[in-house]
Amino acid sequence: MHRTTRPLLYVVIAAGSIGLAMHLARHRAYAAAPLRVCADPNSLPFSNQARAGFENKIASLIGDELNRPVEYTWWAQRRGFVRHTLNAGDCDLVVGTAAGMEMLSTTRPYYKSTYVFVTRRDRALHIRSFDDSLLHRVKIGVQLIGDDFANTPPVHALANRGIVRNVVGFPVYGNYAEQNPEARIIDAVAKGTVDVAIVWGPLAGYFAQRSSVPLDVVPVSPRLDLPYLPFVFDIAMGVRRGDSAFRKQLDEIIVSRKATIDSILRAYGVPLVDTHQETAE
Amino acid sequence: MRREDFFIRLCTGIWLVALAGCRSEAPHSTGSVNVQRGGAPPAGSDSLPADDGQWVRPAKDYASTRFSSLTEINTTTVRNLRVVSTFSTGYVRGHEAAPIVANGTMYIVSPFPNIVYALDLTKPGLPLKWQYNPKPEAAAQGVACCDVVNRGAVFDDGKIFFNTLDDHTVALDAATGKPVWDTKVGDIQIGETITMAPLVVKGKVLVGNSGGEMGVRGWLKALDENTGKVAWTAYATGPDQDVLIGSSFKPFYAKDRGTDLGKTSWPPDMWKIGGGTMWGWISYDPALDLIYYGTANPGPWNPEVRPGDNKWTSTQFARKPETGEAVWGYQMTPHDMHDYDGINEQLLIDLPINGQVRKALVRPDRNGYIYVMDRTTGELLSASPYGFINSSSGVDLKTGDLKVNPDKAPQVGKVIREICPAAPGMKDWQPTAYSPKTGLLYIPHQNLCMDEEGLSANYIAGTPYVGMNVKMYAGPGGNRGVFQAWNPVTGKEVWSIKEDLPVWSGTVVTAGDVAFYGTMDGWFKAVDARTGAILWQFKTGSGIIGQPVTYRGPDGHQYVAVLSGVGGWPGALVSVGLDSRDSSAALGFVNAMKDLPSKTVRGGMLYVFGL
Repeated sequence: MHRTTRPLLYVVIAAGSIGLAMHLARHRAYAAAPLRVCADPNSLPFSNQARAGFENKIASLIGDELNRPVEYTWWAQRRGFVRHTLNAGDCDLVVGTAAGMEMLSTTRPYYKSTYVFVTRRDRALHIRSFDDSLLHRVKIGVQLIGDDFANTPPVHALANRGIVRNVVGFPVYGNYAEQNPEARIIDAVAKGTVDVAIVWGPLAGYFAQRSSVPLDVVPVSPRLDLPYLPFVFDIAMGVRRGDSAFRKQLDEIIVSRKATIDSILRAYGVPLVDTHQETAE
Repeated sequence: MRREDFFIRLCTGIWLVALAGCRSEAPHSTGSVNVQRGGAPPAGSDSLPADDGQWVRPAKDYASTRFSSLTEINTTTVRNLRVVSTFSTGYVRGHEAAPIVANGTMYIVSPFPNIVYALDLTKPGLPLKWQYNPKPEAAAQGVACCDVVNRGAVFDDGKIFFNTLDDHTVALDAATGKPVWDTKVGDIQIGETITMAPLVVKGKVLVGNSGGEMGVRGWLKALDENTGKVAWTAYATGPDQDVLIGSSFKPFYAKDRGTDLGKTSWPPDMWKIGGGTMWGWISYDPALDLIYYGTANPGPWNPEVRPGDNKWTSTQFARKPETGEAVWGYQMTPHDMHDYDGINEQLLIDLPINGQVRKALVRPDRNGYIYVMDRTTGELLSASPYGFINSSSGVDLKTGDLKVNPDKAPQVGKVIREICPAAPGMKDWQPTAYSPKTGLLYIPHQNLCMDEEGLSANYIAGTPYVGMNVKMYAGPGGNRGVFQAWNPVTGKEVWSIKEDLPVWSGTVVTAGDVAFYGTMDGWFKAVDARTGAILWQFKTGSGIIGQPVTYRGPDGHQYVAVLSGVGGWPGALVSVGLDSRDSSAALGFVNAMKDLPSKTVRGGMLYVFGL
């Protein structure tokens, strides 16, 4: 997790290639200040240092809209991430965060996703609900947060139903020495180490797409356990508190480029929950 | 019963008769007693001169009394204390370490990046003899839960031993600062860090890990003092074989007896990432030849997911230092729900209880009780609240059970108000001192309660969830901190000083009847150990969360030293620069500390005081 910013463009500008000159002609304002993005260097499908995640693609889209070159400050997205990056002033934009999170100022949400059940298709388990009695008998993988007293919503939902003895935990941090450590829970389903995993949608959708074993990805239901345990979350961008002019710019881009953003998310297999559909349900 | 154990017994049981023997020259007058060395060292390692002027480990002696028999600074002279030297560490995160004094040299460890400095006490201005930079991985900072502190080094057999945040235990030649060995004992990639000060017992360096909230499995390791090779590892969870529980294990209470409880008191496999780390204090009784330490809370599972006692988290252990074999265990807080780690210090003192002198272990625990146990067996002799508690209603001395209050159990979606003590407990890591002269404990601690509500959206490693919004605030009385003198025999407070801010510093008490501690707004205070009257105070550059020590310098005079440099869990608002508008930051501690930035700023500085 070395913190490195990469002013690649400036290096290339010094080289003075013709292609770049043409590129610059189209993007005059690239002389403007860079768009400084805070991101995890090892966390697909969200982001990585090779800029292969969907948050990297969305950052590039915003950079184009603002005519600013994108630069990164890399830091693992764990406790302290916002403090070490955005709030340290090293970068100005976190592309993915929970809407309304207190430690930063969040934009309007640009997608909504859900926790999902992930199973092997050949097992034909067809689990769709936390109230499926199968969940008392099969081995279940869950993501663990390790925040005091709190965990991912599926962990609480299972506990509320007395399902604890057949649950296997995968800390979201994983082993950071491995590539995309968050993906181990999907590997466990493919290998059959667990029968079903209950995973945050974007992670599940992406790795299920790439699994050598066909996997089913099904949104959990209900969408909310009473009194207050949601499985569907709004995801927004985050800026420093008080950076409201920048936040407004981002809000406008989220509206004007919604179709492009949606197509990027779909390409990465993110299970999208339609706001309209949800209210209709 | 040799050395310090003898000394402590002498001074507590028959103080009046042995008065002279407990003064500063005790080691000489009693021959076999060697107070500053503590226990029986391995052959050939006793390179220190036999006097009480040094401070070779953070707890001073193996019994962890933090008591100095020096008397030059006393209730009469202390008013003349003045700064004789200062030294900037160059770092501004929380400074929790104790300065270590051995052979005319002072050794200090900075917070991350854990630079070790050796200062020459024989020359004016305490010039730097050497410094050592272990170059820990920057990523370790992203793993540590609560500021990147270090609790200090230890001196033994011509070497300085310390731990780095990125999980290395390092031995340096104390004279030159050259590394002798460097062993990687943990892995930051899976969330392990190390913040504790090691202890050297019988040629073994004892080290434990931090990171329970990251899905780490807790352990204590023993490394060979000369080679750094790991001799044994005692896990806190899992089958008996991993916990080093064998035929010698004789817990006093039925609730702690059984096979493989570290596995069977959890839902299947949860113990594998069950916490029970060891980032606090270890004591040693040379006569019984047992080491004592407690384990941290269970994690990262929330309580309702892990029905059962979740052994051996929040547990006091007694083990044999050579093999690590457990001799007894007592779980203070089974199935912890409030972050009540059991890593606090345990003082090994002999106390007259019901007309009998008992070999006691005294533990001011995070759950709010001062446990007095028989350290040979683990039997509870008393368990008295030392502040306001409502998360439980007492400890059953017959069964050893903590009487938990179910109304204060956290629940997602439900607001639970006024849980006392709050998550940092009645007392966190900040260690207590004991004076055999007064027979009193000197306890630096906090007075905090908390509300919990699971309503705020949170996001980590690409995963959203409903965070438990914890808000801490001052407990009954409105003061957030207490410095308290406590009689461990009667289980009652003798006097206390209410401090506005949590008292997050260590303390030291002397035969001159003076106790020292620091406040988070930077005051370093000397109080009368018998009355609690403030005799002297000095405002340092930053808040104090370090451990004061006292020693006799090469010039024969007594000095007091402390690191100033606010931070740690309560001070992270200042040292880390958290946002005071985010009241749930630092796991809810920020709410209780919103005024701290207006009272102190960060900065790491050693202060040495003398007459």
